[in-house]
Amino acid sequence: MDATTEQKYDYGVVRWFTVMAAVYLMVGALVGVYIASELAWPFLNFDLEYITFGRLRPLHTNAVIFAYGGSALMATAFYSVQRTCATRLWSNKLAWFTFIGWNLIIVSAVISFPLGLTQGKEYAELEWPIDVMIAVVWLSFMFNFIMTLANRKTSHIYVSNWFFLGMMVMITYLHVVNSLAVPVGLFKSYSIFSGVQDAMIQWWWGHNAVGFYLTAGFLGIMYYFVPKQANRPVYSYRLSVIHFWALMFGYVWLGAHHLQYTALPDWTGSLGAAVSLAMIIPSWGGAVNGMMTLSGAWDKLRTDYVLRFLIMSLAFYAMSTFEGPVMSIKTVNALSHYTDWTVGHVHSGALGWVAMVGIGAIYHMMTKVFHVQLWSTKLVNAHFWTATIGTVVYIVAMWVSGIMQGLMWRAYDEYGTLAYTFAESVESMHPYYAMRAVGGMIFLLGTVLMVVNILMTVAKASAAGSVQAARTAPATA
Amino acid sequence: MAMQESMERNVWGLLIVLAIALSVGGLVEIVPLFYLKSTMEHNKAPELVWQRQAGQTLADHKPGDGMRPYKALELAGRDVYIREGCYLCHSQMVRPFRDEKERYGHYSLASESMYDHPFQWGSKRTGPDVARVGGKYSDDWHRRHLRAPRSVVPESVMPNYPWLKDNLANTSIGDHMKGLQLVGVPYTDADIAAAAEEVEGKTEEDAVVAYLQVLGTMAKLDEEKVYRE
Repeated sequence: MDATTEQKYDYGVVRWFTVMAAVYLMVGALVGVYIASELAWPFLNFDLEYITFGRLRPLHTNAVIFAYGGSALMATAFYSVQRTCATRLWSNKLAWFTFIGWNLIIVSAVISFPLGLTQGKEYAELEWPIDVMIAVVWLSFMFNFIMTLANRKTSHIYVSNWFFLGMMVMITYLHVVNSLAVPVGLFKSYSIFSGVQDAMIQWWWGHNAVGFYLTAGFLGIMYYFVPKQANRPVYSYRLSVIHFWALMFGYVWLGAHHLQYTALPDWTGSLGAAVSLAMIIPSWGGAVNGMMTLSGAWDKLRTDYVLRFLIMSLAFYAMSTFEGPVMSIKTVNALSHYTDWTVGHVHSGALGWVAMVGIGAIYHMMTKVFHVQLWSTKLVNAHFWTATIGTVVYIVAMWVSGIMQGLMWRAYDEYGTLAYTFAESVESMHPYYAMRAVGGMIFLLGTVLMVVNILMTVAKASAAGSVQAARTAPATA
Repeated sequence: MAMQESMERNVWGLLIVLAIALSVGGLVEIVPLFYLKSTMEHNKAPELVWQRQAGQTLADHKPGDGMRPYKALELAGRDVYIREGCYLCHSQMVRPFRDEKERYGHYSLASESMYDHPFQWGSKRTGPDVARVGGKYSDDWHRRHLRAPRSVVPESVMPNYPWLKDNLANTSIGDHMKGLQLVGVPYTDADIAAAAEEVEGKTEEDAVVAYLQVLGTMAKLDEEKVYRE
């Protein structure tokens, strides 16, 4: 097979990041299923402080965003930057530093969250010493990536790399500013900002962790892996330029839509909402560009299960980037805010888009960096269906429960008094919380199938000595 | 497109243009919040903030006197609230709607969280808002609710927190107050010196109850007054 690529590029670190991304997705989903079950059946908290919903929820979000998302981004960025620049990584050693550092951060999170060490800001819960580690490791990733781009043998920088680069710069800004805190102990600190300013900075971070880490970065994945897997060029170069710059400039503004009708000044929330509506255009620009890359090759979806993941991810991406702007409209937000609808929206993006596009890329890379076919393509197909069905069950449950919550909270009876107590709304959620847990379990089952398939593929490669063979094969090109 | 062409050929150019494009939105939305007087309601309604006289301690504050820093025990309770991730299911931000007014009370003001590092507005109400929970239930109710929520609210899905009554409150809370003093919370050195004694012998449960009971009670809001446009 690709005898020469093993010699031309640094694949070792990519192999490890790829396998770990799959493992972390399974772990993140497992914790997610557990905390979803705690909400449906609270006895599962077992009066044990380390496993209560409040302590495990940050573990779930961080495992999915930083452990899975980070590993997937680092695997794909390190892989595709070499392929698109026709050069090795600037520093293979630094890439290993990034791998080890990132995994140490993940281990620290796994230990510190159940212990209740948290900064109390969503998706930025890790305490200050770990935040410092994140900054160092992230900069090592970015520096290596930029220097590899600078070393490229190609004339132009390919579009996937623009997205990766934009993500790296923005995440650096966000992480540094939002994590500014005064330490009062080895594992305790207070944000230097307070109240309304802290809220705005937190949601500037919060929405852009979604907008850049989970959108721009994963669009970088999409722009490399969809054309590769479909064996077609990107549909429109012009569209990619326009939607790239619109996304880079515009997404940054959206955070304020998380704070509508709060004590954040109205001008800020409205500005955030207005830009959110406009973002539907660049978001769909990306979705259309990805989907249309398949034009003339749609038949491949019948046989190529990996491509199915990539295209289904774009369908979910298009759906959730339509839903998001709708939810940022003030009248809709008045209903949806504080409810499960938001949770459903996040998961249509996280399961449908981020997970699926990453899964597609992981399967694609497995064959390339291990130089073997996947152990079982049937299992990939089974994974595709469990992932899709699990996601749909999850988001439908959350749509119903979210809208129901919002309506119950504001319902009045004929005497003009509130129709429901809060506790009644909690009780009504039970069937949907159970349904959500089931949806999550179906999705989790798919990730188990993936991990089995991937580990068996690694075993197959190792038995066949394919990596070693590729390393020593005489160059043919 | 010539600009695009040159950026695609020069990574440093691309990097610089990106760094600028990515900074605009954040700067425009965040920086004004630090200096626009209209952001904090107490610029127009100074009675929202407690004017402490020289020599007064935090214990001299009466409910309704205006926003003040948390007392040592309340702060210890707030630390526990954050540690247990309470903010993941309980908001502290009442919105200006009729139903929220009836359910929770007056809409929340920015000035009411001026000493909150970090803010605890939350994003999800799996349980009800607690911005104005102070004084609504007895201490005893809170203790029973924290130990076994379903013993007082059968529909609740909240975990039991039995360990709070067994853990002693953090006696080095003075160090935490020093840190907050550093970022602008007006603690006096006397407040900090008295902190350890205040929490001495108290449990984490005492601390959490003290924190919950002060929420929304510091400032007295006037129903007739328009604090926010």
